[in-house]
Formats: sequence, structure tokens, C-alpha cells
Amino acid sequence: MIFVTVGSQMPFDRLIKAMDQWATTQKEPIDIFAQIGSNGFIPQKLRFANAVSPKEFNELARSARLIVAHAGMGSILTALEFGKPLVLMPRRGTLHETRNDHQVATAQWLENRAGIYVAMTEVELPATLEKALQADTNQHDKISSYASPLLLNSLSDFINSA
Amino acid sequence: MRKKILAIASGGGHWIQLLRLRPAFKDHEVIYVTVQASYSEQVPDCKFYKITDATRWSRWDLLKMIFEVCSIVIKERPDIIISTGAAPGVIALRIGKWLGARTVWLDSIANFEAMSMSGMKAKPCANLWLTQWEHLAHENGPTYKGSVL
Repeated sequence: MIFVTVGSQMPFDRLIKAMDQWATTQKEPIDIFAQIGSNGFIPQKLRFANAVSPKEFNELARSARLIVAHAGMGSILTALEFGKPLVLMPRRGTLHETRNDHQVATAQWLENRAGIYVAMTEVELPATLEKALQADTNQHDKISSYASPLLLNSLSDFINSA
Repeated sequence: MRKKILAIASGGGHWIQLLRLRPAFKDHEVIYVTVQASYSEQVPDCKFYKITDATRWSRWDLLKMIFEVCSIVIKERPDIIISTGAAPGVIALRIGKWLGARTVWLDSIANFEAMSMSGMKAKPCANLWLTQWEHLAHENGPTYKGSVL
């Protein structure tokens, strides 16, 4: 199963349309579940829900062989926690998909991380999906569920002082 | 000494980053404040408040959110307030600072090029004003003390 998620705030039609289109071009039927947000494009070839709870999100992420997401930190951190290969496509500020181009910057700094595959546009998405699906999915280390020791210690010191 | 910590964030990545700080809250009483009721599943043993999601900046929702956050801070009188963003955190830090709480702003790791707008608004009321990017830290600017990743 491939799990597609656009985050909790707004739809991301460019990604959902591209995934729907990609699904129609597959020779073998492929199970794709998409969390699509509210009031956006309704896909024909994907199972979908507008929103999922954290529990459902974790179940979907756990059972997925690949996660496809907007370049939002919630989706990214959760996917990394499960050690799943991750395809990212950033929202664009100029297309009013988010306030500004911060997701483009996020996609760029994560691009070289093991297990992360970036499609800067919907045109690049099919090739990026093929690449991610062919890669060895057992290669990726799960990240810790918690922040870096430096940050945790600094916060702990601040809380316990005074 | 056991402290009362109010941890507040809006939805999605802000909330996920807040959860990654949990080991630092060990041995203290933690109250979570966020915009989705379903997020309470992730902090089952803690007091939890759901506030209005004002991310679309409808004026009425914004006023409701401000009222809700102020009421919670006044009622709970936390010793420490920590936020990873966005707007609700700014409100909580402002009122909390005024009431004598010590405050932490941790700007989202997504803000790689500059501090966020809400981060700039939180600056005057944050005792600890943090970026997660070393290259953004400077004197009179945000401090870098590690990241959520």
C-alpha cells in the first residue's frame, strides 16, 4: 500500500491529481490510500479520507511500503519515525498552496537524506515514485521519536532552573 | 521541584515537533493545548485543551482563539510556557509572560531561511528564543540549542 498525505490544513490538488493520474497508468492495480484535506479534488483511482486521526495516520504509515507527502514537517517527521521511504512534493506559495515557499526550502534541505526522494513538480513525480519503489526499503534507519539530546538537555535545564 | 508546564502548538508539524520535546518535561505536570481534539490520543495521561483553529485568519475565529488561550493561561497559571508555533503560542507567551511565567519559543524546523512571522512576534515575550538552525543564530537574534531532528 502507498500512503499519500497532504497534511491537516488544506487540500493539495496538484499532488492528488498527479497520484490519481499515475495510478491509472499502472499495469498492475496498486493500492493507494490518500488523505486529501477538505473541499479539494476527489480522486477516482485512490481510496481516500479527508482527514485521519493521529492513530489512523500511524496505522497507515506503519503498513505503507511508501509514503508520499507534501513537504510539511508533521508528515516528514512521522514518516522518518517509521523508517519508511518518503516521496516529497513541496507546496508552492505562488500557487497559493501555502503562505510562502518554505516547503520548497524544506524539500531542498532534505533531498540528500537517505530514504527521501523529492519531486519538485508534478511532472517529476512519476519518475520519482518509480525510483523510490525500486530502492531497497530496508535500508533506512528509523529516527528517534524525540528531539536531539542537545535540545532536550537545554530545555530541561531551563525548566529546572529558578 | 515539580513545575507546571503549558505546552501549546497549532496543528500538523507544530504539534508533532512539540511532542518530540516530551523527555524534557519528565517529572513535571504538563498541560497540552492544541487545535485538534483527536491529538489528545497522543498524550493520554496529560490534561488537554482543544482551542479554535484560527489558521485561516477569520477574524471571529481569531478572537475566539485569543479568548480561549487567555482563559486557559489565567486559569492554569503555569510556571513555564513552551510553544513550537504558531499564533496560539504567541498569545500564550504574551499573556503568560505578563503573569510571571518563564517562556520558551522554539521556531519550527521548517523555518530554514528566516525566523517565522509568529516567531518574530514572540521575540519580546520569550525568555528563551530558539531557532533550530545554527546559521540563523546570532547575537541579539535567536539562539541555537539543537533541533527536533
